[in-house]
Amino acid sequence: MQIPFTVAARPDTGLHNAKLGIWLFLASEVMLFGALFSSYILLRVAAPEWPHGSTLLNVPLATLNTVILISSSVTMVMSWASLMLKDFAKYKHYMGLTILCGLLFLLVKGFEYGAKFSHGIMPGEDLFYATYFTLTGLHGLHVVGGIVVNFYFWGPGSKMWQTEPQRFTNRIEVAGLYWHFVDLVWIFLFPTLYLL
Amino acid sequence: MEHASPEAIKKHVRTYVIVFVSLMALTVITVAISYLHLDVTAAVIVAMFIATIKGSLVASYFMHLISEKKLIVLALILTAVFFIALMALPLLGYHDTIG
Repeated sequence: MQIPFTVAARPDTGLHNAKLGIWLFLASEVMLFGALFSSYILLRVAAPEWPHGSTLLNVPLATLNTVILISSSVTMVMSWASLMLKDFAKYKHYMGLTILCGLLFLLVKGFEYGAKFSHGIMPGEDLFYATYFTLTGLHGLHVVGGIVVNFYFWGPGSKMWQTEPQRFTNRIEVAGLYWHFVDLVWIFLFPTLYLL
Repeated sequence: MEHASPEAIKKHVRTYVIVFVSLMALTVITVAISYLHLDVTAAVIVAMFIATIKGSLVASYFMHLISEKKLIVLALILTAVFFIALMALPLLGYHDTIG
């Protein structure tokens, strides 16, 4: 089956279908994370006491992860810009860096989780850790999903550049929109969990 | 955006670099302010204010919202309305003193 409007804009929306599709998906993601943030506020306001994140969590490591994720957003948008400039080699370079940053983020997160687990601190420890592991865990799963998609477009999926370059460029733009959203969520998660 | 000229894209790239530097600076500021140990209300307001600026930079420039089609902006305005309602729910509960 031929998917319509993968390159040309649909006359009524003015957009190619993937672009509208990803934005509607991201809107649903806003509500998913929004529901968790809302629950977090309710739990925190209602709790008799709540520890300051920095007393229990590793702020320098989380700051490092913020730097890594923001950097990966820049390399992601640069990979798209490289395709717009018809420079496939540069695209591979920047997409590769984006994937590496994603993996590095997970490595640091894994180190943070490992430090907690080794002290016997599990998600069921208390309300603080339950919300911490739920929010960062869901975000981490999103990072994993993004890495899988980006890896496909870096490797086997990049063959499309030879046959349908504009369609492939659109795919990278759409994958980028998702990746930037994951970065955006972390921008709010970091101060909420670690600095307040 | 699909048919942007190479010159326009190169201009975009310069913007991305400026946004990147701004995001890094704001990250440093957020962490530095947390060491001032402001009272909780002030700390929440400052941290969320900076996070909102950072988020807006990502959405506007990396996600190209600043030059995006009207339909997407409309869909996001609708999302924002529901998001704000979702954030207001705990406040309603907090002010509900009946019982």
